[in-house]
Amino acid sequence: MKCHYCEKPATFHITELTGDDGPQVMHLCELHAKQFLQKESASPTASLAGVIAKQLQLGQTKEEIEQLDQKECPVCGISFFEFRNSGRLGCPYDYVHFEADLKPLLINIHDATEHTGKRPRRAAATADAQAEMIQLRRDMEEAVEREDYELASQIRDRLKEMEPAVIEDPGDTSGPAAENQDDAGDEPTENSTQGPS
Amino acid sequence: MKLQTDVSDLAHRSGEWLRGTGPESDIVISTRIRLARNLADFPFIRRCSDEDRLSIERTVRSKMESLRGWDEICYIDLDQLSEIDRQLMVERQLISREIADADGSRAVAIDPSERSSVMINEEDHLRIQVMHSGLDLDSAWNQINDLDDQLEAKILYAFHPQFGYLTACPTNVGTGLRVSVMLHLPGLVITGEIEKVFRSMQRINVTVRGLYGEGSQYTGDFYQVSNQVTLGHSEEDLLKLIGVEVVPRIIEYERKARDFLVHQGQQDLHDDVSRALGILSTAKKISSEETMHYLSKVRMGVNLGLISDVQTATLNKLFIHTQPAHLQKLHGRVLTSSDRNIRRASYLQRHLSGDDKSDLN
Repeated sequence: MKCHYCEKPATFHITELTGDDGPQVMHLCELHAKQFLQKESASPTASLAGVIAKQLQLGQTKEEIEQLDQKECPVCGISFFEFRNSGRLGCPYDYVHFEADLKPLLINIHDATEHTGKRPRRAAATADAQAEMIQLRRDMEEAVEREDYELASQIRDRLKEMEPAVIEDPGDTSGPAAENQDDAGDEPTENSTQGPS
Repeated sequence: MKLQTDVSDLAHRSGEWLRGTGPESDIVISTRIRLARNLADFPFIRRCSDEDRLSIERTVRSKMESLRGWDEICYIDLDQLSEIDRQLMVERQLISREIADADGSRAVAIDPSERSSVMINEEDHLRIQVMHSGLDLDSAWNQINDLDDQLEAKILYAFHPQFGYLTACPTNVGTGLRVSVMLHLPGLVITGEIEKVFRSMQRINVTVRGLYGEGSQYTGDFYQVSNQVTLGHSEEDLLKLIGVEVVPRIIEYERKARDFLVHQGQQDLHDDVSRALGILSTAKKISSEETMHYLSKVRMGVNLGLISDVQTATLNKLFIHTQPAHLQKLHGRVLTSSDRNIRRASYLQRHLSGDDKSDLN
């Protein structure tokens, strides 16, 4: 049997009892077993890359990983491959688009998937609204580049229109942000799992 | 808020976090809290165009201009600064090495006391930071929370009801909060107990790093202890983890180690710290690493009452002011490594054995 991380024969067979889906067996060469057992790293990026690699190797077949790597965010265009190489996401919408793929990673890093801390007093109504605003800004930049100032100005107006629609008054407890707050702790809303409009 | 393009005055004065006061300041140098925040309507930095970055920088700057109590804040365009000036700000812990070495529109707003700063276009659009002298988590949290409240009233943050504040790296998502306490632990280093203490930390979601954070060496027996997780725990829980559960325990271990050293070999210890002061006070050339090593010993000697005529604040400042960019700014020109070693020695001599032992300003 080969090592999970390289072509060398696996000489260590480690059962991880703390995995999300119950016990999981790791088959590793001596070097990678040593690295795995000393997985504490000074660099969060390095440890993140390790966590992603471990997670992918454990849970998926090679074909599934290749398929996942090609998945791209419709808003910022980042592929999962690029994310797992850099450890950095491309836009806030990635948390929605890659939600199913990120959740095991969040559990691995934080041992949690639910934010329980501070919430902004005003927030965009939905992840879709945030995604649309990013898209509109991009369209506006492209219009300016093409010197299509009329379109750019229309997009700017649309963005301005969106702001009051998604922002509530800081002192106001009703409205979209308050609804978001009420959703805290529940599964993501239907809106948050849809693609950007 | 005033736009500043020269940071020379930083090299001549000291931030409040170096004044060597505050709770447990014999062991705790500083308490730092940072919050990572992103604007809802822009991609994260990695996918930003040059126009996006400029637009973020301008948006944030215009919003910050109207913040309560921020009239005296300096706003510094980092892409307009020289490399040495940026390095100076890294040595001063006002900006990260990452933003210093980056390209394109990026900035930092700092208050004159150097207690709070906001980096714009670092790994996240906003990195809000507050730093206090000693172990002072409550004050630091109240200050940063107020600043964050003021900013979120003007800026629409990227936020998800389930995942919290959205960040470029999933290691920061949720609260976006990192509490870092800088500890001086020479007792645990000398007694060889340090590894054991940190091994026990790794099991409770705490990371330990060197003086300048990620990837840096553990120089001068300084260690930065921070929370590892940011999601699934409230800000108060994370502050409690570091400020109540972890740091007081390490302080206790360090005090025991120092007691042990004092009782087991007072003469040896006294000799060791006095020799360190002797070298720092009389050397004609000295490297940065050697300086850190001996300053660390002297600082412990002062805190144990073995050295009486040097102040902790002076030593805290010397750690920072003897670093390369600070020395070069003080001399107003670029210095070779060998020149710096000579200047560093004469600087140390002036402040440790000369007339001016207590004040660097």
